[in-house]
Amino acid sequence: MVHFTAEEKAAVNSLWARVNVELVGGEVLGRLLVVYPWTQRFFDNFGNLSSESAIMGNPKVKAHGKKVLTSFGNAIKHMDDLKDTFAELSELHCDKLHVDPENFKLLGNMILIVLATHFSKEFTPQTQAAWQKLTTAVANALAHKYH
Amino acid sequence: MALSGEDRAAVRALWRKLGGNVGIYATEALERTFCSFPATKAYFPHFDLSPGSAQVKAHGQKVADALTAAVAHLDDLPGALSALGALHAHRLRVDPAHFQLLSHCLLVTLARHYPGDLGPAMHASLHKFLSHVTSALASRCG
Repeated sequence: MVHFTAEEKAAVNSLWARVNVELVGGEVLGRLLVVYPWTQRFFDNFGNLSSESAIMGNPKVKAHGKKVLTSFGNAIKHMDDLKDTFAELSELHCDKLHVDPENFKLLGNMILIVLATHFSKEFTPQTQAAWQKLTTAVANALAHKYH
Repeated sequence: MALSGEDRAAVRALWRKLGGNVGIYATEALERTFCSFPATKAYFPHFDLSPGSAQVKAHGQKVADALTAAVAHLDDLPGALSALGALHAHRLRVDPAHFQLLSHCLLVTLARHYPGDLGPAMHASLHKFLSHVTSALASRCG
């Protein structure tokens, strides 16, 4: 089980309080689809993903990005218990969605880069390290039920 | 995926904008790598890795100069990076996966300092460029 120090939790929570989940969620998922185009295969029914502007403007991408980041918000409330928190989502991603867990790490990196664009001053190396630890732990928790 | 004409143009344009500051950003990227991925500190047992270290700053400049040289040779990255690849593989014995960690931290650093310039398309081009650099460096490993 991953242990987060009080400082790490504070770094994560203080930034999270200022995140516009709808805006940032859409950007995060959009960037995943642009930078790692193979991930588009999981979103065949999302309509037009033919260009960067199509992806970033796609309402289904924005809505799903919001959903994904909202789930991340749940992770932040349960940083000491990520495996149980994500047990059901882990099964869903494995058994129904067939997503290679490697993609969870890629999404985690997109979260960090988008946060860096929004919070230049606050995104110190220490803050990044706390968020890096969180996104890795969430990725592992999501991969936990894979078989 | 190969670097398209648009990717090359985008990377060159960004590098012109970074100008003489590439060293500052590469140094910050190194600091971030050591902070987020402590295993990477193992490659620098002889360095003072505390914040503001002159050794890290000097090394950041070396990394910056290598990246700038890579930008000038986008048509032949394996050739341009061959000597550095051999150094990192055979003498320094760097785990190729660790190059990606530094690349990621460089993206975070640039996103922080140039949020308006690091939109999704630029991000994708820069990511591709850094992936090609990493491949060229790692191709001499193993």
